[in-house]
Amino acid sequence: MNTFIYPEYEVVRNQDNCIACRVCERQCANRVHRYDEENKKMIADSTLCVNCHRCVCLCPTHALKIVRSGDTYRENANWDMQTVNEVFRQANSGGVLLSAMGNPKNFPVYWDKILLNASQVTNPSIDPLREPMETTVYLGKRKCEVVRDQNGKLVDTMSPSLKLNLPVMFSAMSYGSISYNAHESLARAAKALGTYYNTGEGGLHKDFYQYGENTIVQVASGRFGVFKDYLEAGAAIEIKMGQGAKPGIGGHLPGAKITEDVSATRMIPQGVDAISPAPHHDIYSIEDLRQLIYSLKEATGYQKPVIVKVAAVHNCAAIASGIARSGADIIAIDGFRGGTGAAPTRIRDNVGIPIELALASVDQRLREEGIRDNVSIVVGGSIRSAADVVKAVALGADACYIATAAVLAMGCHLCRTCNTGKCNWGIATQDPELVKRLNPNIASQRLVNLLTAWNHEIQEIMGGMGINSIEALRGNRLMLRGVGLNETELKILGIRYAGESL
Amino acid sequence: MLLKEGEFRNPSGCAISGVIDRSGKKISGQCMIDSIATMHDRSNGLGGGFAGYGIYPDFKDFYAFHLFYDNASSQHEAEEFLKQHFEIAYYSPIQTRKVASIKDEPLIFRYFVSPLPRKLEASQLDESEYVARCVFHINTTVKGAFIFSSGKNMGIFKAVGFPEDVGRFYKLEEYEGYSWTCHGRYPTNTPGWWGGAHPFGLLDYSIVHNGEISSYDANRRYIEMFGYKCNLQTDTEVITYIFDFLLRKKGLTLQEAAKVVAASFWSTIETKGEEDRAQEQLLRRMFPELLITGPFSIILGFHGGLMALNDRLKLRSMVCAEKGDKAYIASEECAIRVIEPSVDTIYSPAGGEAVIYTLKGGVNA
Repeated sequence: MNTFIYPEYEVVRNQDNCIACRVCERQCANRVHRYDEENKKMIADSTLCVNCHRCVCLCPTHALKIVRSGDTYRENANWDMQTVNEVFRQANSGGVLLSAMGNPKNFPVYWDKILLNASQVTNPSIDPLREPMETTVYLGKRKCEVVRDQNGKLVDTMSPSLKLNLPVMFSAMSYGSISYNAHESLARAAKALGTYYNTGEGGLHKDFYQYGENTIVQVASGRFGVFKDYLEAGAAIEIKMGQGAKPGIGGHLPGAKITEDVSATRMIPQGVDAISPAPHHDIYSIEDLRQLIYSLKEATGYQKPVIVKVAAVHNCAAIASGIARSGADIIAIDGFRGGTGAAPTRIRDNVGIPIELALASVDQRLREEGIRDNVSIVVGGSIRSAADVVKAVALGADACYIATAAVLAMGCHLCRTCNTGKCNWGIATQDPELVKRLNPNIASQRLVNLLTAWNHEIQEIMGGMGINSIEALRGNRLMLRGVGLNETELKILGIRYAGESL
Repeated sequence: MLLKEGEFRNPSGCAISGVIDRSGKKISGQCMIDSIATMHDRSNGLGGGFAGYGIYPDFKDFYAFHLFYDNASSQHEAEEFLKQHFEIAYYSPIQTRKVASIKDEPLIFRYFVSPLPRKLEASQLDESEYVARCVFHINTTVKGAFIFSSGKNMGIFKAVGFPEDVGRFYKLEEYEGYSWTCHGRYPTNTPGWWGGAHPFGLLDYSIVHNGEISSYDANRRYIEMFGYKCNLQTDTEVITYIFDFLLRKKGLTLQEAAKVVAASFWSTIETKGEEDRAQEQLLRRMFPELLITGPFSIILGFHGGLMALNDRLKLRSMVCAEKGDKAYIASEECAIRVIEPSVDTIYSPAGGEAVIYTLKGGVNA
């Protein structure tokens, strides 16, 4: 017998405003709303509601809101309501708890404990509306020899790189975990912005090869959709070794999401679960990773940078040092707040470390070993705003990956139930009726808007610091000060406490 | 308690001046004293200094080390190290005269040295790198000892005080060189340490700098990967190391190095001819962390010449002038006019425009 769990959130309808147009009913894939013929009014079953706000946003008379239900067990500092409910749920089902999106728990957000500098008197701030303010970044190896031709001119011996107009890219989300329209929106936005989106591990739909110059193609442990044309289609290749939301484990896309199109793109049978193994079964150590890196470089004629993406875990500085000596051009580090389409709750909420600390220790370690030039560093999981980007760059990142912010821009309201496949916003679903709700013309424009706004903010902050190129901000930790941090945290971040002078 | 210079970062405003006779004729140090004295108000008495090139013709094949010592024991320790690594051809205290405003002087010594061949060979380093590492060793590990000049046939003289007083203190009117630079300091802290004054030098390179760079920590953390140690935490120190790295270690030309530290904007590079565009893009992609942002005007002294360079937005004043074989660089025109009232040409270089003056007959002219 299942224990009844009272819903955490409740649909509240202002009956005075409701005109019973039934938009909410049509929009809800979870079947929360229905028309009560007998009483001639709309009613809602809050037990089915995931709090995605689709109905709230589309209600023409603003008659709807979702509130905390307020139902509570006897208060207990140890056994909070969610913990108790999870026990009930597992006793009901006998299953592993699943969650989606990033770790929502109350861990410190170090970005919010870091403050930025501004210049005055001895060093003028720079107005980005009057002076050039450069946010262009090249990602790739910078280690190079000075070589000259017979005329004494410098010869370009640099490894292939990625050019970004701003230090932000869209990080990996597979076709399968998100919809065709979501992918199209990301691809078009990346092209318009002069940056990159990432296929994730789901292959590249044939329709999107046209965006190849702005595409990073991923090779993950399941090798879904990986073949020669795919590798050649992208501007860079990313080997996914780990993911911040679920370090140490693989992925599981339920058969229901493996539609005909997804099946063709992933090169796997339709309707069958797609399992990505936890490790790459051809990579059991660093020397194996080196072989895969060079296999991919061989396959693409050394024309494309190779990214190795790892989850932020305790030994990521040592791992990064190994990767930097293994031929990779870029290291992507994914923090424990990073999102996912589905992950075991216990893993998502308990494994991995904050990206701020991982980034600081990786950057410092690579510098101490004199190999920071071997690779660029990209960080994600989670970067929430332009301020986070600026702080990440000042800590030592070359660029940032965003995904949660990107899906928010497309309409997501962080209900964190992507794993159900019933995304009312048409993002994390393969249901054709839901997918068509996401209009790529609008969604791509919203993505462009978001990053255009961020870039303005980045320029404004840089100008305030008297810095007119993002390169001069990279690793410039003197621009940062900590508040509410202990000695160990300051030491790892490599920053001073607020109030400490230069 | 006030921290010693090097234990905190000390931004400062300043005055700079430089002169070179491209025919190789010698100029008295008095000329620089007169020039910098005109810009008295750009300094605040917390640091001044001079660099002269071609001043030690009798010992031109030896590295001239100038050292400050806090006390006899730091001198003893440093000299033990020097004896183990160099043949010392000659050494003595640097001659000074009492000047009322110059106080708390450390022990100041000069050594003309040459690396011990056996040690040099065992180190598997080229000679300049061997010498540079020895300089870093003393400055980092020998408490109370500081090598503030380490080039051949050149020397740096600096102290806490107004620059014209510093020049008199060191009797610079008795020195003659083919080029000189000088610096008056306006720090926003009160360091009171002589090593923190400018010019800053490593081997033959010396820098005088007016400005406060906003890229400091990005530059520092990058350059320290290559064995440089930014002990003083000043802009001038890191700028000197950047030029040493680009010119001596990487073999870039002066113009190329200038395009790294004061790179043209990407949008400007786009408008250039194909060849320049490719070269400048490549330089920016190769050494992005060595771009210097924020205001600066610098004079780089090197064997056989001077280079003047402004930040790319030209946030600090700097003018260049010529009169016959002589060329002048200064923060303000008055500092040039006072030593050469009738110049042939005078102009204000654009931001990021490197102005290079070299001896006509090369270094040995």
